[in-house]
Amino acid sequence: MSHSVDLIDIEMIFGQVRAVEKFSASVEGGEFFSILGPSGCGKTTVLRLVAGFIQPTAGRVLIGGKDVTGSGPHQRPTSMIFQSLALFPLMPVWENIVFGLEVRGIPKAERRKRAEELLDLIALPGFGYRMIHELSGGQKQRVAIARALAVEPQVLLLDEPLSALDLKLRQHMRAELRALQKRTGVTFIYITHDQSEALAMSDRVAVMSAGKLQQIATPRELYANPATSFVARFVGETNEFPGRVRGVSDGIAAVETRHGLLKGRAGPGLRAGDQAAVYVRPEAVSLETQNDNRIEAEAERLEFEGAVAILHAKAQDGQAVLAAIAHRGLGQAPVSGGAIKLSFTPAEALVLAHG
Amino acid sequence: MASLTARFGPGLGGTILLLVGLWLIGMVLAPNLMMLDFSLRPNLMPNQIGTDADRYTLANFIALFSDSVHRAIFFKTVWASALVTLTTLVVTYPLAFWLAKIATPRGMALALVALIIPFWINEVLRTLAWYILLAFNGPLNAVLLGLGIIAEPVRWFGDFGVLAGMVYAYILFMLFPIYNSISTLETAQIEAARNLGASTVRIHRRIVIPHAKAGIATGCVFTFMLAAGSYVAPALLGSPGSRWFTEIIYNWFFEGGNWNRGAAYALVLLVLCMLVVLAALRVFRVNLADVAK
Repeated sequence: MSHSVDLIDIEMIFGQVRAVEKFSASVEGGEFFSILGPSGCGKTTVLRLVAGFIQPTAGRVLIGGKDVTGSGPHQRPTSMIFQSLALFPLMPVWENIVFGLEVRGIPKAERRKRAEELLDLIALPGFGYRMIHELSGGQKQRVAIARALAVEPQVLLLDEPLSALDLKLRQHMRAELRALQKRTGVTFIYITHDQSEALAMSDRVAVMSAGKLQQIATPRELYANPATSFVARFVGETNEFPGRVRGVSDGIAAVETRHGLLKGRAGPGLRAGDQAAVYVRPEAVSLETQNDNRIEAEAERLEFEGAVAILHAKAQDGQAVLAAIAHRGLGQAPVSGGAIKLSFTPAEALVLAHG
Repeated sequence: MASLTARFGPGLGGTILLLVGLWLIGMVLAPNLMMLDFSLRPNLMPNQIGTDADRYTLANFIALFSDSVHRAIFFKTVWASALVTLTTLVVTYPLAFWLAKIATPRGMALALVALIIPFWINEVLRTLAWYILLAFNGPLNAVLLGLGIIAEPVRWFGDFGVLAGMVYAYILFMLFPIYNSISTLETAQIEAARNLGASTVRIHRRIVIPHAKAGIATGCVFTFMLAAGSYVAPALLGSPGSRWFTEIIYNWFFEGGNWNRGAAYALVLLVLCMLVVLAALRVFRVNLADVAK
């Protein structure tokens, strides 16, 4: 089993800027762990703290249960894949891949052999003598992965490595990365601002915003039960109806909104009188009218996307409402301009304190 | 040539070509050909010019290599220039790396100002400053004596003085090409190498120096040529034992009145510099176009 990574009460301050605040997370050995957040949220800082390029202002970093706070990047069993990949353009592919072994004084014949094996692993056999500029984007990507794996790290750190690739290749590389992680059993910590990437690949996802940890959960849990309003808005599409909590009973909160009283599952620590919002996913909003929560709106346009169609509607005060309509429900869907009633069940809605 | 006229029109394009041609012929080719002509003729009295005695000969070149003192000074100038180049490189490289990759914008601005401001003063005066610093009763000896590092004053003038003065005089010519080439190196490459366990020495040997090769070659070529052709530093900071080849050339022209021999000596120095440039390019495996950039 690969090493676990524990971050304990990490604080990182650059001059006047508090880049990371009170960040704690435990990544299990062999886990595919993503850190998701908008750019500038501090996620890359967290990764660089784990790699040892920077040292935390406060808090501790444990890798495999051992405190590595204060030790440099070459003293940790981690290996990083950079956003720019940072391959060495003046070395052929094979030297790039086994650079970490060259550093460790492993003889050339053995390095060559190891390079061949790694080239096989990344499905680029015979590419050893190419130069980096002769490779395509996806091939460079794989060489970067091989170079990071060559030193047999316990933890692989990936800093948005797919962001430079086009969509098709990105989706392909996602699957490949995931498969590689399963095969090697190395702990992956993956940084991304792309929520679909994080949801598709990860065992668990940590969501960050403005230097603060918002939630750590499995992708499904994150989508179904976001812990904060930021997570609800950032992960997936959602409808947001702000208002004031009238009361909470049996885990269901009733919120007074401009569209009337709406009910949903109460988020943590919610009390009557709080400013809050009701969050509901577009696919939970339906055109049927027997559900508890009803909203009057005006249909604006219907965007057909194949498996689903997205109905864009405007409720009172110009509030936009999205409803995803499954293919077989399209028959009754309004095209545009008509008054419609949208509804959703309290079980599929979530009430979170407004943040 | 066609692209020049296409871009600027026949009028302006033609003018540019004409000016470049005039410059090449008038300022580069003609003086060098004249020097070649001078160097291949014997030094004659005015009334002998045009007579049988006035014919081409290699005597001036033979004179240089058969005079053991001049020969020794020539070769010493070659290796001492190489030493100046190497010392300047060793002094400058860490500074260039620091400026390009480590310094904060503020630190970099301060360092550049400190480096450039002395160069607003002309080379002779700057060398004179070293003349004062290194004088027998000068501040350097005073400080070293005061600190108890030396028991009696040291005569710095000579090989050491020339080396110090030249390294100082040419540091910017080495610094800027190297700084430029290091600053184009992606910092993530250095971090990647460190992350893979590379030591500082290995990072420089395998990543930074190969990347900065063209800049290093350019800096070395500049410095070598300036050092080999230097006159002020050896004249002011040298001693009789550290005579520079340029001083001998100067003497042939202005003291000995033998322009022909002076031209031959200067030509040998020119050829040497060209050979060094070509050799450096070959060693560093860069071509002239890279250096020009």
